[in-house]
Amino acid sequence: MELEERKVLLETRELKKYFYNKSGLKVKSVVKAVDNVDLTIHEGETVGLVGESGCGKSTFGRAILRLQEPTDGQIFYRGKQIQRLPFKEMRPYRKEMQVIFQDPAASLNPRKTIMQSIRIPLEVNHIGTKAEQQERAEAMLSYVELNPSNWYKFPHEMSGGQKQRAMIARALITHPSFIVGDEPVSALDVSIQAQVLNLMKKIQQEEQLSYLFISHDLSVVRFLCDKVAVMYLGKIIEIGTKKEIFDTPLHPYTKALMSAIPIPDVHVHTKRIVLEGDVPSPMNPPSGCRFRTRCPYANAHCAEVEPTLDLISGEHKVACTRLSEIG
Amino acid sequence: MEMTAKSVSAPKKKESQALKSFRKNKRAMFGAIFIIIETLLVILLPIILHTDPNTSDLLSGKYASPSAAHWLGTDSIGRDLFARLLSGGKVSLLVGLSSPLISVAIGLPLGLLAGYYRGVIETIVMRLADIFMSFPSMILILCLVAVVGPSITTIIVVIGVMGWTQIAKLVYGNVVSIRSKEYIESARAAGCSDAYIIFREILPNAISPVWVLLSFRVGGAIMTESGLSFLGVGIQAPQASWGNIINAATDLSVLMLRPWVWMPAGVLIVMTVVSFNFIGEGIRDALDPKMKRVD
Repeated sequence: MELEERKVLLETRELKKYFYNKSGLKVKSVVKAVDNVDLTIHEGETVGLVGESGCGKSTFGRAILRLQEPTDGQIFYRGKQIQRLPFKEMRPYRKEMQVIFQDPAASLNPRKTIMQSIRIPLEVNHIGTKAEQQERAEAMLSYVELNPSNWYKFPHEMSGGQKQRAMIARALITHPSFIVGDEPVSALDVSIQAQVLNLMKKIQQEEQLSYLFISHDLSVVRFLCDKVAVMYLGKIIEIGTKKEIFDTPLHPYTKALMSAIPIPDVHVHTKRIVLEGDVPSPMNPPSGCRFRTRCPYANAHCAEVEPTLDLISGEHKVACTRLSEIG
Repeated sequence: MEMTAKSVSAPKKKESQALKSFRKNKRAMFGAIFIIIETLLVILLPIILHTDPNTSDLLSGKYASPSAAHWLGTDSIGRDLFARLLSGGKVSLLVGLSSPLISVAIGLPLGLLAGYYRGVIETIVMRLADIFMSFPSMILILCLVAVVGPSITTIIVVIGVMGWTQIAKLVYGNVVSIRSKEYIESARAAGCSDAYIIFREILPNAISPVWVLLSFRVGGAIMTESGLSFLGVGIQAPQASWGNIINAATDLSVLMLRPWVWMPAGVLIVMTVVSFNFIGEGIRDALDPKMKRVD
């Protein structure tokens, strides 16, 4: 297998991020935003993480970068545990792992010019002399095709697409190996989305990057990703290669998601699976299988047993106890 | 590629741009010029004219009307009011400028820390501020002055210390909203330390309303000093201040019949406060890149 030859870049084991709603010292409720997530990302691989709003996909992205400290579990970067490293020891890994956020307007300090913002990662990590930093920043801004006339502008003077390209330049400036994209194109116009996505794909091929691409837009994931993980209420319920997930989705939730992708052909009639109800509150998730309250195949057994993520074939893993019955 | 480094305009210095914006702001420049001239006059005129604020002129008597000898007349015990206005101005400007600086020196760091770290620090600082704010400050000042003894230094320190809560609450509120912005997370992802994030990323964005509040505090400090002088625990006789000059107007006959006694001091307080407010707004706008005026 081609993928097994690749080195593992980042791995999470039983990663948890709980939010405690405290009143005084008493814990009133716990939101299990990310609950026991195991995920492996290889070098040069793009993993798409999809799911509804509030399923914990953004929290997971922030937790692996330790922008929000994980509650429990392990994060391995090139085999080294990083989830408890103190600030100074974490710093070298910060250069390696970068992030692109959804809202480019909020990602740039409104009082700094683009050039000032772009150079921050180099300055705080003491990479190169001032002249070298300037040179590198200019090279990166040219690389993301940002016109030099914009380099000394303030964020509010630029368009969303320009700002997002500046953010990509900033994320790339320390030569990282891994970038988390937290819905990096969903705040942009469709025409600009394509531009930014093509840029991200080009960068990946040229720099041999790994992406964790968080999105709720399945067509975008299909365009960019090698592997897809589907998340529901803080857990991964199905994971596999792009082909496995898009061609043969197995979990009822993934099937419903896939049936919602529009097909631009009037002769093809697909049966749209419409899920009833809303995502249950993560404060009080259903017992057993978390999807059972909305699953058309759920029975009494689903409420008792929590399904585990089992390997079906190839790399395809699914968490559903009734897989053989529903086919 | 048509993009060449040559077409890049050289990065202008941010400071000079802010200064330029400030200079173009007519109101801010009016305020700045007024304060500078006022300060110079208050310091230089007594030296040039050899005015004497503390000696009674027995010939002119009390409440003399304006004349060549006494441009603004004399007060209740025959002292020259113009001399007292200048001498009082020195005290009022000193109190007005120094005590807000003390407020900021205490309130700004506490607000930053409470807003950034939240948790225990937040609870301690904010509850402390609540205690300070709920306590009638006048009574606290009266007690303090009674213990320490009234002097200009005491007044400056006490007014300054009592004013930290407003600054701290304002900064705290801004920091809380700014720290959840994504540019703070991306700074952390870039490897920035807490100190870098607090001072280089948050502070420049949180400080702008402080400039305006600071200018209000200047006015407030001058007013509080006047109030304290009125109660007799502020600036002590025979030293003049704008506050105790105006206090003469508590005598109804002075208020109604001798406006030259209190009017100049009143006008100067208003003008000074307004000027500081203009300066505060001017600094805020000059530091905001969104307010950059088109050349």
